Amino acid sequence: MKCEDLLKAMNEYVDGQMDLAVCKEFEQHLAGCNPCQVVVDNIRKTIRLYKDGQPYELPPEFCQRMRQALRDKWKQQFP
Amino acid sequence: MSRIAEPRPIDPDLPLVQAARNGNFDAFEKLVARYERQIYTLALRIVGRSQDAEEVVQETFLSVVQHIRDFQERSSFHTWLVRIATNHALKLLRKRKGQAAVSLDQPANDSDDAPLPHPEFIAEWADEPSRLALRREVQETVDRALAHLDEKYRVVFVLRDIQELSTEETARLLGISVANVKVRLLRARLMLREQLTRLYGDPQRRIVHRHDHDQ
Repeated sequence: MKCEDLLKAMNEYVDGQMDLAVCKEFEQHLAGCNPCQVVVDNIRKTIRLYKDGQPYELPPEFCQRMRQALRDKWKQQFP
Repeated sequence: MSRIAEPRPIDPDLPLVQAARNGNFDAFEKLVARYERQIYTLALRIVGRSQDAEEVVQETFLSVVQHIRDFQERSSFHTWLVRIATNHALKLLRKRKGQAAVSLDQPANDSDDAPLPHPEFIAEWADEPSRLALRREVQETVDRALAHLDEKYRVVFVLRDIQELSTEETARLLGISVANVKVRLLRARLMLREQLTRLYGDPQRRIVHRHDHDQ
């Protein structure tokens, strides 16, 4: 397996959705190719960084306005 | 040991959803409180501007009020909510593009069929994501990197990797093929990897990759 092929199969490997035979080939390549190992690790860390991020806060004035709009709509739907 | 058949994963929102469906506004407000920041963050990443993201959040929860009695539990409440929010966000983007004086051309090499972006900057990261994620300036930096992606890659990355929708759900939601979702996700991951590794990779451990290497 060449580095180029590895790149194409990257998602399946990172997501654990690769069939066993291809996975073995993939890991064989990784064992002898440090740049590819690091790229795989980089991708895992990239995804993790976004997943671990905290959600943004909503401005309090907006929250109040929205609550009122939702309350009004609720009264229409559930009279 | 129980002999009951394997149950479907329980939707943790179901008790509140069912109460809301029966007219319990308190229960509905609890659902809003549970998800509003997440939906705002999702919207912000798709539409880019906070005022627009606020509009998406409000439209999303108004839709929930309107349609909660139609929610049939075929998916989790969270997935349903993400679907509604994404539709509102994309509608807003379409409206914004329609109003632009000049159409937003895609860069010439920015097609699903173009060769994959080859990793250029390869280095171990100097710090763990869990520690980096605690820093506000890192959050802003990574979201700036995300904002630089073309919309079609950004939205797939947000839905698949951040919101954790399946490939099939993402394809259905966006009206594209499963193959498209996979290619776009790969491109998004590779582009983000490149940008973030330039920022957080240890320059002293940079690997110069020989392109003629193969096994």
